[in-house]
Amino acid sequence: MISARNRELTALVPVAVLLTAGFAAVFAQEDTRLDNLSLIYGAYFLAVCVAAHIYLRIRLPNADPYLFPLVALLTAFGLVMIYRIDDSLARDQANWFVLGLVLFALTIQFLRDYEVLERYRYTIAATGLLLLLAPRLPGIGQQVNGAYLGVKVGPLAFQPAEFSKICIVVFLASYLREHREVLIVSARRVLGVTLPPLKHFGPMLVVWGASMFMLVFIRDLGSSLMFFAAFLALLYVATGRFSFVVIGMVMFTAGAWFFASTVPHVHDRIEIWLDPYANPTGSGYQILQSIFAQADGGLFGKGFGQGLITIPGTDNALLPAAQTDTIYSLIVNEVGLFGACAVVLIYMLIAARGFKIALLASDGFSKLLATGLTAVFAIQAFVIIGGVTRVIPLTGVTLPFISYGGSSIVANFVLLALLLLISDRARREAMEPGGRARSLGET
Amino acid sequence: MNRQIVKLFGFIVVLFAVLVGFTSYWAVFDAEALKEQEANKRPLLEQQQIRRGRILAADGTVIAKSVAKGQGDARRFVRRYPEGSLYGHPIGYSFVREGDSEFEQFHNDQLVGEESEFSSILDELRGGTQEGNDIVTSIDPVAQRTALEDLEAEGFGAVVAIEPSTGAVKVMASNKSFDPNRVPLELKQLNRNVIETPLLNRATQGLYPPGSTFKVVTAAAGLESDVIGPETTIDAPGTLEVEGQPLNNDFSEDFGPIALDTALTNSVNTWFGQLGQQLGNDELFETMEKFGFNSTPPIDLPDDQVYESGVYGEDGPLTARDPVDLARVAIGQERLLATPLQMAMVASAVANGGKLMKPQIWQRVVDPDGRVTDRLDPSEYSQPISAESAAELTTAMEGVVSEGTGTNAAISGVAVAGKTGTAETPSNRACGGGLDENQAWFIGFAPADDPRIAIAATVECTTAFGGDVAAPIFRNVAEAILNGE
Repeated sequence: MISARNRELTALVPVAVLLTAGFAAVFAQEDTRLDNLSLIYGAYFLAVCVAAHIYLRIRLPNADPYLFPLVALLTAFGLVMIYRIDDSLARDQANWFVLGLVLFALTIQFLRDYEVLERYRYTIAATGLLLLLAPRLPGIGQQVNGAYLGVKVGPLAFQPAEFSKICIVVFLASYLREHREVLIVSARRVLGVTLPPLKHFGPMLVVWGASMFMLVFIRDLGSSLMFFAAFLALLYVATGRFSFVVIGMVMFTAGAWFFASTVPHVHDRIEIWLDPYANPTGSGYQILQSIFAQADGGLFGKGFGQGLITIPGTDNALLPAAQTDTIYSLIVNEVGLFGACAVVLIYMLIAARGFKIALLASDGFSKLLATGLTAVFAIQAFVIIGGVTRVIPLTGVTLPFISYGGSSIVANFVLLALLLLISDRARREAMEPGGRARSLGET
Repeated sequence: MNRQIVKLFGFIVVLFAVLVGFTSYWAVFDAEALKEQEANKRPLLEQQQIRRGRILAADGTVIAKSVAKGQGDARRFVRRYPEGSLYGHPIGYSFVREGDSEFEQFHNDQLVGEESEFSSILDELRGGTQEGNDIVTSIDPVAQRTALEDLEAEGFGAVVAIEPSTGAVKVMASNKSFDPNRVPLELKQLNRNVIETPLLNRATQGLYPPGSTFKVVTAAAGLESDVIGPETTIDAPGTLEVEGQPLNNDFSEDFGPIALDTALTNSVNTWFGQLGQQLGNDELFETMEKFGFNSTPPIDLPDDQVYESGVYGEDGPLTARDPVDLARVAIGQERLLATPLQMAMVASAVANGGKLMKPQIWQRVVDPDGRVTDRLDPSEYSQPISAESAAELTTAMEGVVSEGTGTNAAISGVAVAGKTGTAETPSNRACGGGLDENQAWFIGFAPADDPRIAIAATVECTTAFGGDVAAPIFRNVAEAILNGE
């Protein structure tokens, strides 16, 4: 039987080959320097991935073998797409990828006993909230397109929401692990609806408040939606009460509706979503161009490097924010419906592996943490892809591991590190003699 | 908790399925509609980056070509029309902002080199860029110029010349024409000009009363239905009372009992009026429809720029079931309206032994490497009359040119068959509302014994007769084509 790490190594090779082929395609399109540069890039990428792999081999020999190659695949795909938009952006992204792997390694190094997180859960929660608040702080906050998403301290600029999501999930997992019994047992039925006990409801209200706070002060509809959805997912998994989810949704909808009618930025986002044709050259431009780009892709796409991003002869954007928000539209445009479905499928496979880890984990905190991290990751992908395909209002969330952006890459590698830590322990326990390997299957 | 985790995963799968569904909708199912959206400049911008193929006349004269502007990524192509207004119709124009029309619009896919999804993937693998194909038309530049210059000398109108055996369109001229090069600057002014209507292709969109040229159709219906033979006589008095109104011959001349050739040569209204009544709605409409009336002519121009000919009621062309004044329809009056293209099709069908070929402007598609990738395969549209009836009709139409109303169409040394028409169009707003305005027509073909060209020529707003103003245009254009071969 092939060991988990060997399977991981085997899976990394095709990823590097794909990256090489992708760069070759982009170079062929630019037809200026069809040399072995794509091979060099492919080799670099493979070397970095193998280094990370060797580290995993030493530190987490039993961790899930598919997650890292899947993430590497998304990163490789993202690098090719970003290179095709602007090669200097791709250089940044490659550096962030390396930085992400360093933080990935550090997380694994120092959080081997990740239960320690439980002890600091309120500190972590406070950090998470502070991070969310940071963009509104004078001096370091930055406003982007009417939303407060960025922080700039000296030369270092980052989007705190990306890191905040991990803090919030850690806190929720820990809090719910402790209080889930009480939440289930002391729930009361009022008018046929099962309500959670008021005493333990406080922290739930805090999360709801944080989401509403994001809507109003950060004006970040996407992150708000993402956080709250992850919260509801965890609440449901922890308590098994669907009614809690319904109550949460009602609260969120009511709050969102109230603020949508009072906060102009949020209101505009929803109006644009409902009728983008009302102002096709102004506020509706981005979503319409996003959809037009997809219409142009068809089944097989136009090919790497063939799509139009700016209006030829000018610097005016034909697909605004192609390297971040609308990168999925560019993917549909250039590699077609099939290519885009492959990307969605990769996210789904990552979600499947993540939930598998949660199923295998033996203690409540591990289960909830794995669930929460996986859910917040999957929902982030849904929020931005749903945004550019007009399933939900378009908001500025990154497409994990593909979009250009250092915070996103680094934060998501930390998220991946936590998942692999949980996985390593769960699988080690499951494989021990008398463990649960037989009842739960091998992988 | 495991049960909930599995359910949660199921929910995530559903969410992702929704994403795939929406992506499929935009990228595939709704893609065509999105490409048509006004706000979507993508298709135009992409086409601008492709070197659109040239459009050539039959002898290789360049009618339309694309020239590169800018360098590198900013390079784009702009359309140029070296011959100016000569081919404004039927070629039309193609520009990114102003859109496209006529031949440029109809043949867009070939001109930009649009191929199936699979072959474009092959192209991509080969690293090639999309290039447009050239299209060679059947238009004869000398005859086209003759037609347009003659029209410009006489007034608004149109000339259509078709090769009867193939349907190849050799001339399609419409006056007032326009210079496609000026469309980016003047499209608004061109559209606003409702008197000269330079953007209207009168050859396919000009609906005119066909007058006596329609007697060819009436005669064809008579011969084909055996209501008459070539020798059958009908008494033709100077005046006939129809629907309470007198139907007169010119100068109310009483011809007595005469057969088809005399009736056609002298364009005797009372003779054809009675023939129409004897035919009845069904016979006359059946023949009309076989000649192409009541349908959009099958030419390679956009459907919305080619009008149906027929008896126009309030809601468009009437059919055999509708009550019409048959005697007046039979002589090309009543509410009958026909395009010059339609009347050229009538002449072409008679010339081709009764077989109507589909009129087509394109001849072949040539790819950027010079290979002919597609060639027009002439096809039959219908057979309105038998070869025998066509021969009998040809004899009668020869009489028109040799001794009747159409002597101005005669070409020395070549037998010509034809028919004149002069429809009175008093108080026509387009003509300035004068009371003596006519629509002058001539349709015919030559040589009569071996027809190589069939032509319809018409002039609006003239005080002259068809034989005086339209027949000479026919002659000049026919000579240009016959001499050129």
